Amino acid sequence: MKKVITGDHAVAIGAKLCRVEVVPAYPITPQTLIIEHIADFVNDGELDAKFLTMESEHSVMSAAAAASAAGARVFTATSSQGLAFMHEMLYATAPLRLPIVMPDASRTLGGPPGIWCEYNDSMGARDSGWLQLYVEDNQEALDMVIQSFRIAEDKRVLLPVMPCLDGFVLTHTVEPVDVPQQEEIDSFLPPYEPDIILDTARPAMIGTFMPPEYIMEMRRQTAGAVESSKEVIQEINSKFAKKFGRDYGGLIDTYRMDDAEIALITMGTVTSTSREVVDELRQKGEKVGLIKLRFFRPFPSRELKKAVSKLSALGVFDRSISYHGGGQVYNEVRSALFGMTIPVINHLAGLGGRDVTKEQIMKMFELTRKAAKGEKVNEINWHDTRGETV
Amino acid sequence: MITIKELPDENLFTAGHTACPGCGVAMSIRNAIRVLGKDTAVYVPASCGVVFGTTFPYGAWKVPFFHTAFENTGACLTGMQAAFEKKGKKVTVVGFAGDGGTYDIGLQSMSGAAERNDDVLYICLDNEAYMNTGIQRSGGTPFGAWTTTTPVGKHIQGNRRFKKNLGDIVVAHEIPYYATLSIGQPLDFIRKVEKAKNIRGFRFLHMFTPCIPGWKMDPARTVEVTKRAVESGMWTLYEVENGEKRITYKPGKMKSVKDYLMMQGRFRHMSDEDINALQMWVCKKWNLHYKEKGSPDICEIAPPEEHHAVTEEHREMHGP
Repeated sequence: MKKVITGDHAVAIGAKLCRVEVVPAYPITPQTLIIEHIADFVNDGELDAKFLTMESEHSVMSAAAAASAAGARVFTATSSQGLAFMHEMLYATAPLRLPIVMPDASRTLGGPPGIWCEYNDSMGARDSGWLQLYVEDNQEALDMVIQSFRIAEDKRVLLPVMPCLDGFVLTHTVEPVDVPQQEEIDSFLPPYEPDIILDTARPAMIGTFMPPEYIMEMRRQTAGAVESSKEVIQEINSKFAKKFGRDYGGLIDTYRMDDAEIALITMGTVTSTSREVVDELRQKGEKVGLIKLRFFRPFPSRELKKAVSKLSALGVFDRSISYHGGGQVYNEVRSALFGMTIPVINHLAGLGGRDVTKEQIMKMFELTRKAAKGEKVNEINWHDTRGETV
Repeated sequence: MITIKELPDENLFTAGHTACPGCGVAMSIRNAIRVLGKDTAVYVPASCGVVFGTTFPYGAWKVPFFHTAFENTGACLTGMQAAFEKKGKKVTVVGFAGDGGTYDIGLQSMSGAAERNDDVLYICLDNEAYMNTGIQRSGGTPFGAWTTTTPVGKHIQGNRRFKKNLGDIVVAHEIPYYATLSIGQPLDFIRKVEKAKNIRGFRFLHMFTPCIPGWKMDPARTVEVTKRAVESGMWTLYEVENGEKRITYKPGKMKSVKDYLMMQGRFRHMSDEDINALQMWVCKKWNLHYKEKGSPDICEIAPPEEHHAVTEEHREMHGP
C-alpha cells in the first residue's frame, strides 16, 4: 500500500512491522517523530510493545542492552548529541552481541550547535562494532529497518545495526512509500530466538569482567562477526529483492559505471541529486558514473576495489570531516584502494546541513576529471564555502 | 515471614568469589539473594561486585547476571524488567549498585526508574566511597573521613562535606518502599528484603556495607562496626512505605560517635573540633529520626575532651 509519509514515519512503520517488543525512547530533533509515532502505535493498540520513556539517551541504550540481553527484540532511534551521549553504551552492546536496531537521524554534532544534516554524529561510532548504513530515500529507510533486524539477528552476525537517514532531508520530508503488508514481513522476518539470554531457567552471566587472557578473543569474535556480516547483507538484500521487488545492491550500489572513466562515491540523499548530474553529464557525452556507499560498517573494500578498477580517477563525497585531513569516507576509501594507482580526491560538502546542489556536484566531477587528466588538483576540496574555496 | 532458620541453604552467590575477608558488600549480597531466591535476575554496575563475583572464566552468580557500565543501574533494571514482562516471565529484577554508582554517577538513571515506578528492586550497597578504584570520596562519604581524594593534609584534613541525604532524595520520588538495612541487624535485614521482594513498583534498599581496606578496619569486626554505627546514630534503620515512615530499630541511650570512629583508620586523624562537628550532625539526625513529638532535642554526648593525637602509627597509615 502506497503512503505519502516522512522518513521518520517510514522508519516507525518499519519498526512496527518488525513487531518490536521493547522500545526505550528519548526525544531529539530530528529523530523525535520516530518515537512519537511508536508511542501512537502502542497507545492505539497497533503495536504490542513496552514503550519506555527514559530520562536520557545513555539510559535508552542501557535499557536497550538489558532488554536485548533478556531476549526481547529491541528498537530505538536517536541523533547527534543523543548518539554521542550513548557512546559508551554503543561499545558495550556490540561485543555482547545484542542485535538492537537504532536508526540515527543524521545531524551535526555540536559545537557549534545545529540541528541539520551532517554525518559527524554517526562517524564517531564507526569503531564501536555497530553496523552502519546510510539510506537515500524514505522507502529505503523503511525497507532497511526491516533488513536491519534480519541482518542483526542472523546467528552469523548478532550485532546491533544503525541505519542512518539524513536529518530533515528525509526525516521531515514526505515521499510516497510502498508500505509492505504485515503478513509479508512476518514471513520475511522470523521471531527473534537467541541462544543465550538472561533466563532464570538457564542462568547465564552476560557482561562479566574480562582479564587480558580472554578479551582479545572477544575482540576477534566481534571483528569476525562484522566481517561475516558482508555475506549476510548481500544474501538478505537478494532475498528482500526477490520478495518485495526492491534491490538496493547490498553493500554498495552502482549507477552507469559500466564504461565510466571517472566516478563519485556518495552516501545518503546526495546520491539522488548525483544521479541526475550523472545523467546530464552523460547526455553531454562524459563517461561518468556513481557509486552509492550503502554500508560504512562493514566497509565494502573488496566491492569498491572491483567497482573502481577501470576508472582513471575517483571523487569521494564526505558530509563530515576527520580533522586530521579529509572526510572519514575518503580516508576509508584511500585505505581500501591502497596499492591502486588511480587518483582519489575528496569533496567535502553539505556539512552542518548546507544544501548540496547540482552545481556543487558538477564541480566535484569537474575536479575529478582534472585529476584524471593528471592536472594539479587539491587532495581535499571544500565545496561552497566562504573565503578560499574551489 | 522468613526466619533465619528458614533461609534456604543454597547460596545463589557462591563461595569462591574474591571479595576481601570481612567485606560488607559480599555479605549483604549473599544474604539478600538468599531471600530473593532463584527467580531473580541481577544487574551490577561497575564496582567491586563485578570484579570479585564475575571475573571470567569464573562466576559466583547462580542467577542471571548482567553488567555493562557504571552509571546505568536504574535504566538496565528498567530494560530487563520490560523484556521479562513482555515475555510473560515473573522475575524479580534487582540491581546491586555502590554508593558512587547511586549517589553520584548513577543518580539520574536511578531517579528515572524511581520516577517511572518501574517494577524493580534497587539495592544500594553503601560503603561510603569509591572503593573499587581505590578509596575515593563519593557523595556518600561522611564528614571527616580520609579517602585518597580527601587526604589528611597539612591544611585540609579529610572530607569537608557531610554525607548526602540520599534517603530523602529517593523517598521524594513517592515510591512504594524505601528502607535502610545493616547486616548487623540480620532479622531486620531479612524482613526488609522479603518485604521489598513482594511489593510491586520501585523499591529501594539502602544497605550499610563496611569496606575493610577503605575504612581501615579489622576484618573480624564488620558486623560490630555496623552495630556501633546504628547505636551511635551514624546509620539509622527505618523504612518508608507509601510515604509512611517507620523506625524499625531504635537504639537505647545514644552512644558517642567517637567509639564508632575510633574503630576505623579513616577517621582516626580527626580533630576534636571535627569530631564535635560530626557529633552535632549525628545529633540532628538522631532527633529527626528518634525524638518523640514535642519532647526536647537530645544530644547527650558531650564534646570529646581530649584532642586525639596523631600518632606515629597513623602517620604511617595516612601520611601527615
